[in-house]
Amino acid sequence: MQAATDAKPQTAAAEAPPPDRLLAVAGGFEVESEVHASVLAERPVLEVDRFNLWYADKQALHRITMPIPQGKVTALVGPSGCGKSTLLRSVNRLNDLVQNVRITGDMRLNGDSIYDPRMDVIDLRKRMGMVFQKPNPFPMSIYENVVYALRIDGEGNRGVLDEVCEISLRGAALWDEVKDRLQDSAIGLSGGQQQRLCIARAIAAEPEVLLLDEPCSALDPIATGKVEDLIQELRGRYSVLMVTHNMQQASRTSDYTAFMYLGRLIEYGATTDIFTKPVLRETEAYVTGRFG
Amino acid sequence: MTRHIERQIDGLKERILRVGTLVEEAISKAITALINRDVPLAQRVMTNDEEIDRMEVEVEEECLKILALYQPVAADLRFVVAVLKINNDLERMGDLAKNIAKRVAQLKGQEIELPPEIRSMAMQAQEMVKQCLDAVVRGDPVLARQVREEDDGVDDGRQRIQRRVMAGIKADPDNAEGLLRINSVSKHIERIADMATNIAEDVIYMVEGDIVRHRSEAI
Repeated sequence: MQAATDAKPQTAAAEAPPPDRLLAVAGGFEVESEVHASVLAERPVLEVDRFNLWYADKQALHRITMPIPQGKVTALVGPSGCGKSTLLRSVNRLNDLVQNVRITGDMRLNGDSIYDPRMDVIDLRKRMGMVFQKPNPFPMSIYENVVYALRIDGEGNRGVLDEVCEISLRGAALWDEVKDRLQDSAIGLSGGQQQRLCIARAIAAEPEVLLLDEPCSALDPIATGKVEDLIQELRGRYSVLMVTHNMQQASRTSDYTAFMYLGRLIEYGATTDIFTKPVLRETEAYVTGRFG
Repeated sequence: MTRHIERQIDGLKERILRVGTLVEEAISKAITALINRDVPLAQRVMTNDEEIDRMEVEVEEECLKILALYQPVAADLRFVVAVLKINNDLERMGDLAKNIAKRVAQLKGQEIELPPEIRSMAMQAQEMVKQCLDAVVRGDPVLARQVREEDDGVDDGRQRIQRRVMAGIKADPDNAEGLLRINSVSKHIERIADMATNIAEDVIYMVEGDIVRHRSEAI
């Protein structure tokens, strides 16, 4: 990855942009993000600051500026290819692993620059938990999955490990289902249980932010319901940033919703406002399914 | 994405407008019957109210169906919720028209002049009903705000009639029964105008997402 420092100026066409922000964006214009005062009034755990990202020549994120509130669940929504997963993966620098990625701007986790060259990426990732679309339990016991982060940090005290294991599994609403078979292989769990195990593993390290990339897209409705309940329970204790394709999931589980389109942040506000009276017609068209 | 919900919403709009048309007709006929002391016409208004009641239930069922099956959000949600409330108010307006029609039969044979304010008040109220329904059709918050303002005129008319009725009873206690019926007709007309105002407020909510009820807004 190359870190570019020069902000690439936009090549704006000579004519005025169309009034519809989505058409404007599609035509290569830049638009202002509509960020509600309710978001700005929150204490941010994570601040995305004028963040641009290119995959080779193709710009995937355009000057994203958004605070992620502490202790709240924030959902990123938008049609496929809008950059929501790219944004999520930029938070823990997973995009460092992708060839020809170039970024400008910064993100700050509790004030610490994420893209500071002195930032230790391993340390950074320890401060965040990430859960992916498909559950990815490690091929080991349920117990070892949960305490994995502590083990690699050298924690050997059985009492500490036992306690963290129980707290995390309880936190992930899985304890009662697995407490009698902690030494069984995690692979034998159902899909929904595996995903909650992944969440338990993520929260065992007490992350400052929990990143969820479409955490329910591979789950059946019952398992989805359980994971959604869990996400709601995590609120307050953890700050969650979640990508979802499922609009109803965003409306059910999140406190704040950000609508993205073609790499831009279009509107960002309290979920109730976004789903009852969004400020922009464009957001309304998306959440009501009139496009996208 | 296919927009099944758009078809549902269009269908719902048609239905609520049919209810609106029936109610508008009922009010207009009840007033005509009152002015002309036309008892058979009043009778028809009372019979037709059943149709309004039946349609009210249908509209409500339709709203519940859309809420359950399509989980509308934003503008769609506001529309369905507004229709639920408008539907309710329209049905009440139909009942009020029926109540006016009942008074027509009761006033028959009584030598009481309708106070001139009744006509003007009835005309104002009917105009408000027409305008609030137009505001629903067109999603027009400007027209809706106009309806809200007109309500004060109807309220004034009602107060004037009340004073006149009271004076009339004092002057001629034998006429008290008839005068009280006129008083209650004026109350029904005033309530119709209030319902039109409610509907206008629902239109503002539907279009702008703001609940303006209980606010004497000057937005």
